Amino acid sequence: MSEPIVQMVQITLQIDGQETTVPAGTTVLKAAQQLGVSIPTLCHHPKLEDYGGCRLCLVEVESRGRTNYVVSCLYPVENGLVVRTRSEKVDKVRRLIVEELMAHAPDAPELVRLAYEYGADRNRFEKEASFCVMCGLCVRYCDEVKQKRAVGFIENGHVREISFIPEIAAKECWSCQECFALCPTSYAQAAYFLTEALAFPGRRKKKEGAPRRAEEDLMAKIPAVPVTFVKRPPASKTEMAS
Amino acid sequence: MLRLQTAAELEKLRAGILAGRDPAKPCIAVCGGAACDGLDSAAVGTAFAAEIKKQGLEAKVDFRITGCHGLCNKGPNVIAGPGDVCYLEVKPEDVPEVVASTVKGEVVDRLVYRDPSTGAKAAHMNEIPFYKHQMRILLGDIPRIDPTSIDDYIGVGGYSALAKALTRMTPDQVLEEVKRANLRGRGGGGFPAGLKWETTRNAPEKTKYVIVNGHEGESAAFMDRAMLTGNPHRVIEGLIIGAYAIGAQQGFIYTRHDSPSMARHITKALAQAAECGLLGKNILGTGFDFEVELHFDVGIFVSGESSALMRSIEGNAPEPRPKYIRTSVSGIWDKPSNLNNVETWANVPEIINRGADWYTSIGSEKSKGTKLVSLSGHVVNSGVVEVPMGTPLRTIVFDIGGGVPDGRAPKAIHFGGAMGGSIPIGMIDAPLDFDGMSKLGAPIGAGGLLVMNEDTDMIEMARYLLDFLVKESCGKCTPCREGMWQMLKILTDIVEGRGRKFDLERLADLTEVTSLGSLCALGKTSSDPLKSMLRYFKPEFEARIAAGSPAGSAAAAGREAR
Repeated sequence: MSEPIVQMVQITLQIDGQETTVPAGTTVLKAAQQLGVSIPTLCHHPKLEDYGGCRLCLVEVESRGRTNYVVSCLYPVENGLVVRTRSEKVDKVRRLIVEELMAHAPDAPELVRLAYEYGADRNRFEKEASFCVMCGLCVRYCDEVKQKRAVGFIENGHVREISFIPEIAAKECWSCQECFALCPTSYAQAAYFLTEALAFPGRRKKKEGAPRRAEEDLMAKIPAVPVTFVKRPPASKTEMAS
Repeated sequence: MLRLQTAAELEKLRAGILAGRDPAKPCIAVCGGAACDGLDSAAVGTAFAAEIKKQGLEAKVDFRITGCHGLCNKGPNVIAGPGDVCYLEVKPEDVPEVVASTVKGEVVDRLVYRDPSTGAKAAHMNEIPFYKHQMRILLGDIPRIDPTSIDDYIGVGGYSALAKALTRMTPDQVLEEVKRANLRGRGGGGFPAGLKWETTRNAPEKTKYVIVNGHEGESAAFMDRAMLTGNPHRVIEGLIIGAYAIGAQQGFIYTRHDSPSMARHITKALAQAAECGLLGKNILGTGFDFEVELHFDVGIFVSGESSALMRSIEGNAPEPRPKYIRTSVSGIWDKPSNLNNVETWANVPEIINRGADWYTSIGSEKSKGTKLVSLSGHVVNSGVVEVPMGTPLRTIVFDIGGGVPDGRAPKAIHFGGAMGGSIPIGMIDAPLDFDGMSKLGAPIGAGGLLVMNEDTDMIEMARYLLDFLVKESCGKCTPCREGMWQMLKILTDIVEGRGRKFDLERLADLTEVTSLGSLCALGKTSSDPLKSMLRYFKPEFEARIAAGSPAGSAAAAGREAR
């Protein structure tokens, strides 16, 4: 059986009323960007594998008479596909997502901009300022581009967080720190410095000629004790109503 | 055991097993299912073995520990044959009497079922209301076989469907039979299994996989465990037949790591099947090769989601992938992978043996065959139940379940665990049917049915289910991770008397966006229970919010004015 030639098969679709032709396998997001149609994203990065985590790039697609809601960063183009990047429902999803994320990072510039565009209320949900929006850019960049895996996700669900792995971070992060610029909330940077302070302090050199600090003498007298990390206490168990 | 070379040798083996067995010989089966085990049925089993030995009856009485009999809350269960006399709540001290009576063909009256209202006794399985109204096609063999014995399974007709499929049917004919039987996936979606098989079969890649999803994680669901622990060979037989129809050479059973007896039984069954030549190279001399590997989860609920499950088999973290390309075309290692639930696979041997016409004669118009249901909650008899599709819920709750205990009135029925939905008791005449129940907002899901009495607080119930799911979300996508967390916080506020007027509007928005925007089925359906409760029990929410924010309270007023 000879393999069909899939290379350069062209697909024609419609995005916000404009017809466009792109190679098969292109995502709707990429096709839209090439057309100059803007779709908001948070977890998307051209250097990284498409992730589909933030869900901001959700669009309405119509195919064979059926309307569906899909994330454009992952959805491959189809012949005859009709894409609407804005609609009442799409806007509502984006607005809610921004509101949900603003409970964590109310002042993140990208979120503030999106809140303005989609009419999101930053106070709609109770704040739990953790500053991380779980876009995973730092984690994925470190893995896919730098191939160091110095930062990863730990835990799951709403207690998920990013965490620098001290053993790797101590060796790799000092000379890199490239993930800081990717972070929409500066939390990656904060998490790194916290890890550094707890797990491998002393790396940061004083400026030449700066006076010796008193605590340095004290520190020298304290025997080195390995840092232990305390695990988060388990969430309270609630009993079923009887 | 000798490796079986042909289907005829299998039949010869079966004839030999049956020749050594006398159907009239007294037989005692002690339930070793999860619930009975928890009630220390093991001690009862030990007592039986010792008593039979003490009385020197080893040759006169057959004894075996089996999988789940079904009536879980009356355990430890013992069934004595011939005649299937059911003894309930058996204790080790009852054992000598049961042994003595069974040998004499008598019944121990004080241990049989008594109707709680009339006091009428019923000794035989076909007289007890819990069993009488069931149709136990999948479960029927469980009390008759030792799950760790392939001889027992072959003795009840096991692997005859496999022999039939391999020697007398082409893969196309097997596929056609399953399609014609309109077997629908029992894992929750109700998608036609035959169509799914066909997609994988027709996918261009040569390497294909078949998978048993035995990762039953839904709250209030325990029927797959009963099936897989009590009769593992039946599921394996279904899987081999499916692999033959699809053209797969490799199968996987993916299940929970935390059920040791289930793991033991599956491991043993796979080894036995391989030893007999029912797995491996050249099965029954037909040239068909097929291997099965057993995989365990890593303890999170979402690993039961098909794409997450496949990631887990690959050795990656069980994070769901978006299904814009179906796993039946590109699944494990991007190869076509057909995944079906335990119960779906267990149906296959029966369809092949008795044919699609027989199968479609059971059930409702669009949902065929029987359905396993885990019956629990405020109900007199709880346990594992099997009924034809289309059975009215009333039959399950009242005839089989015996209604609500303690003289309370029923209030609602919840189907489908944490991602299902609740319907008010007024809808109890609705038939058990994939499409019908979905329309009502209480999709069958995997089949966990929870009965709730009039004292049940529906808001607390919604909160409880979300509390379960919140911990099970993987956390990858925003609507699931954040949406559920916010819904849980709002519901907790309402339950604790801090509800506010705009909470219902926030909940409505959150349920809509979570189901529209989430990446996988867990997120998409996580708000279904809450949606169904807002649909049928909204006044309860409104009343609680109104009662919870005392007028004039400065704090409450301040929050209202926000």
